[in-house]
Amino acid sequence: MNFDALMLEMAVALLALLILVADLLMEPGQSRRKLGYLAIAGLTGLLLVSLGRYGMQGAFFNGLFLQDDYALFFKQTFLIGAILVCLFSLDTVDNLPHSRAEFYVLLLFAVVGMMILASANDLITLYVGIELMTFSFFILVGYVLCETKSTEAAIKYLVLASAASAVMLYGMSLLFGIAGQLSYNALAKGLTASPALIVGGVMVLSGFAFKIAAPPFHMWAPDVYEGAPIPVTALLAMGSKAAGFAAMVRIFAEVFPGTGYPWPLLLLLLSGAAMLVGNLAAIPQTNLKRMLAYSSVAQAGYLLTGMLSGGFAGVKGVLFYLMIYVFANVGAFAVLTAVSRHRNGETIGDIAGLSRKAPVLAVVMTVSLLSMAGIPPLAGFVGKFFLFSSAIDAGYLWIAVLGFVLSMVSVYYYLNVVKSMYLGAPADDRPFEIAMPVRVTAVFAMAATLAMGVYPGPLSQLAETAAKTVFK
Amino acid sequence: MWADFSLHHAWLIPLLPALAFAIISFFLLRSPWLAARLAIAAMGTAFLIALGVVWAVGSKGITVEAPFVMKTVWFSMPGLVASMGVLVDPIAAMMLFVVSLISLLVLIYSTGYMTGDPGYARFFAFMSLFAASMLAMVIATNFLQMFVFWELVGLCSYLLIGWYFFKISAREAAKKAFMTTRIGDFGILLGILFLQIAFGTLDFGELAVKVPAYVQQNGVALLTCVALLLFAGPIAKSGQFPLHVWLPDAMEGPTPVSALIHAATMVVAGVYLVARAFAIFSVLPGAMTVIAWLGCFTALFAAAIALTQREIKRILAFSTISQLGYMMLALGVGSLTASMFHLMTHAFFKALLFLGAGSILHALHDKADIFEMGGLRKSMPATCAMMGIAVLAIAGIPPFAGFFSKDEILVAAAHVSTPLYIGASFTAFLTAFYMARLFLVAFFGEENPHNHAHESGLAMLAPMGVLAVFSIIAGIVPFTMGFGDWVRFGPAHHAGIDWGIASASTLIALAGFGLAWAIYGNGARRSDAIVKQVGVLYSLSLNKFYIDEIYQWFNRNIVTGLARVLYWVDLNVVDGIVDGAAQKSGAVGNILRRFQTGQTQHYAALMLMATVMMTLILAITAGAVAGGGKI
Repeated sequence: MNFDALMLEMAVALLALLILVADLLMEPGQSRRKLGYLAIAGLTGLLLVSLGRYGMQGAFFNGLFLQDDYALFFKQTFLIGAILVCLFSLDTVDNLPHSRAEFYVLLLFAVVGMMILASANDLITLYVGIELMTFSFFILVGYVLCETKSTEAAIKYLVLASAASAVMLYGMSLLFGIAGQLSYNALAKGLTASPALIVGGVMVLSGFAFKIAAPPFHMWAPDVYEGAPIPVTALLAMGSKAAGFAAMVRIFAEVFPGTGYPWPLLLLLLSGAAMLVGNLAAIPQTNLKRMLAYSSVAQAGYLLTGMLSGGFAGVKGVLFYLMIYVFANVGAFAVLTAVSRHRNGETIGDIAGLSRKAPVLAVVMTVSLLSMAGIPPLAGFVGKFFLFSSAIDAGYLWIAVLGFVLSMVSVYYYLNVVKSMYLGAPADDRPFEIAMPVRVTAVFAMAATLAMGVYPGPLSQLAETAAKTVFK
Repeated sequence: MWADFSLHHAWLIPLLPALAFAIISFFLLRSPWLAARLAIAAMGTAFLIALGVVWAVGSKGITVEAPFVMKTVWFSMPGLVASMGVLVDPIAAMMLFVVSLISLLVLIYSTGYMTGDPGYARFFAFMSLFAASMLAMVIATNFLQMFVFWELVGLCSYLLIGWYFFKISAREAAKKAFMTTRIGDFGILLGILFLQIAFGTLDFGELAVKVPAYVQQNGVALLTCVALLLFAGPIAKSGQFPLHVWLPDAMEGPTPVSALIHAATMVVAGVYLVARAFAIFSVLPGAMTVIAWLGCFTALFAAAIALTQREIKRILAFSTISQLGYMMLALGVGSLTASMFHLMTHAFFKALLFLGAGSILHALHDKADIFEMGGLRKSMPATCAMMGIAVLAIAGIPPFAGFFSKDEILVAAAHVSTPLYIGASFTAFLTAFYMARLFLVAFFGEENPHNHAHESGLAMLAPMGVLAVFSIIAGIVPFTMGFGDWVRFGPAHHAGIDWGIASASTLIALAGFGLAWAIYGNGARRSDAIVKQVGVLYSLSLNKFYIDEIYQWFNRNIVTGLARVLYWVDLNVVDGIVDGAAQKSGAVGNILRRFQTGQTQHYAALMLMATVMMTLILAITAGAVAGGGKI
């Protein structure tokens, strides 16, 4: 057996266990900041190692688990996201009332789940990955036991995610029933046209739609995003969504095209619904976490347009967009962490006058939001350009037009935040303290957003390499 | 060794000043001393690398046909590859040398001139960015890259012309410069888009191959339009008629800025662009004719205005417009060599003239009218001597720099068309006259008792000295070393002096001097009588042929009127639609919000309903597909 293919997953899991053990060796009241640094150092090391793994093809356990450039690109996305989230959550974790070390442990296990999703080449592996990620999130969302909102969010997430998982699992069983096999390669050959295939496929799609928060499977997102601790929300917004796309793109590229049903039609509907609902519902929001939740729904819609073409160009766009979305997201949530620590709230009123108290953070927030809106020369513009142009090339002109129009609508609610930051009066005159890690994360995320917008060449090449492994 | 390094690291030439800009504006705004040193060090290093590049071009035999090109993909998508890179050929190398040298000297000069300015550090940051943009434009490999830095040059000029932003006139001048050049930028952008659509590339090298082939097949009609659109950019940026109006006002900026704008950056950008794209222009005779005649007219027109101006920098500004007209004329008659040669010599003596003017203004506390200066020869001997050299150079007296380059232009013009030659020669006469007038009135004659002029410090005199040396030798040295063998387009151009034309032009220049001496010599003011005789012509020239007034009239009556109508439409029609759409979006958002009940069972029910709906949709459409229908 080729354990090398599993190397990154095993290393992250070991890192999590190491932190768990180290935690036992530390004094109960002691700060767990060191463990956070350990997690960051370990993940950074793995990220560096993973850079050298492009071009390595491998499979584990009879092809249940694939190692290829496509999976690797996603794993790097997750690693980068996790590193940045750990970095700006150091202080949040320090202030948790209980179980501080376990926060990092669960975060790492969620990352392992995501990584498995990226490599899954078999329905069972896929399901194991989804559940590992989702279970870790159940706990993380409700991490602060004494906060009702957090607990309520966790329960909602638990119930709805379980329902979605059940639907998905039922769909998988139907697919298994038709083909008698579980691996993608076998399913691609064994799935014959039948009503059961329609039902099974739609059920699997529903499960994915829940993970990427595409309407009407998005209802959990605003409530859960609002209730969860901010770092968890950040990881949920980018990691969970990216992992959902990682598995979904692979299954829609390798299994479903051969079945002859018009699957792109469903993706088209989901995409349009996501863009409409996400952008329009974001307008009246005053809580920034809810606003970002709807914005993330809209981003799922943009990403789905990349899948419509069912070709290489669109998938390249999806990969590119997910990576830059990580940076825009981290920038916004890092600033939100600082604001929330200062004001103990995260509404648009809490962020008012930020430009006077913390000009750097206000700039980071502005750049991150404008990148999500797709304003050049920021990275979001390039990403949307790839996605929409792939859709137009595939003949889906109108969904791209809808995307353009709604991107313009999105500028409104993003700029509302900017307006509040720059023109609003600060709600209090206490000095604003920014912890160093938060500042570093925010500035780094902004620099990356700018750099990839101005010089997208290298990342788009990398995304191209990765996308090529799925479309051989 | 150094040459090799420089050639392969030519991108450092713009990058170093750009870094200086970034470091100064982020960290050194409160330490002016360090900021100035850093800017000068960065520019000095860039100059050394530029020297290495020039050396490499000479020693490695890099020619116009076989340039050194290094490029990397900036971004790409199907059908469009935009690259960024470095293109070094003799033309670019010459420009790198001139621009970096003059920028360096101007920066050194500024340490003296800007002393006491509250924005001292910021000034050096902007100047560095200005030079960096120009240097980056010079080494561009394609139109897109060139356009990016072309715009940056425009931005920097806006920032620096409006340096004294507390003065209304400076703000207005900055705005005027920016908006006037925008008109040209619009044309050039259209031209670039045309080229991309027609040829699928913006790379200079590829276009040089594709354009002549296209012309052979399809004729020149479309491409002449494209070339004229492209030429709109240089018209605005290089102050050609009728978009020259911003350049005289641009003297509102500090004098070192004027020196940089007039000599090394900004205005020569337009000339350089035409030279860089010469492969396109040279196959289009119609475009070439327009360039030649427009250049000739601008040269004559601006010289006629310069005759009567009283402010020292204004005279120099119109002289720049006139000399740029010369360069365009040279390009239009097909002599890239003559144009580039004149660009180089002009850069030195015009920078010297401006720095000299700055030295005077510094001494007289910004008293700019030459008739109030009077007799500065005694109080400012060094400035006087160096200004004298520059005047001889610009008038084209041998063996000063201007003589050689102007002679080449006259020769080239005489080959193509006699009227152009006569126009250019007459401009030379006017040039000699108004430069001698400036010099005689400002430095000779009665000393003005109200002035307490004193010579400027070494920081200002030393750069002027260097420029004075170049104003003397920059003509004869390149001439004897075969400038035309390197900087050329098409077959090597062997420089030779046409003795007839050379002696004629020298005599014309001397005649100009003589006339000026007759009118203004020995402190005499015999001009009033002449003014009475040619009253109309005098006021035409003094008022710059009323071009500004015509534009203002046009603005007030036509543009403003149209704007009122459009404002009404915008307010009532466009805003009505937009506001309506916005309100509807907001309303829909509020409706969607109501679905978000917070009840888990509602969410779950909706999810299951959606699953059922999707199944139905797929089943129905799949049935339609199976039945032979379309989705």
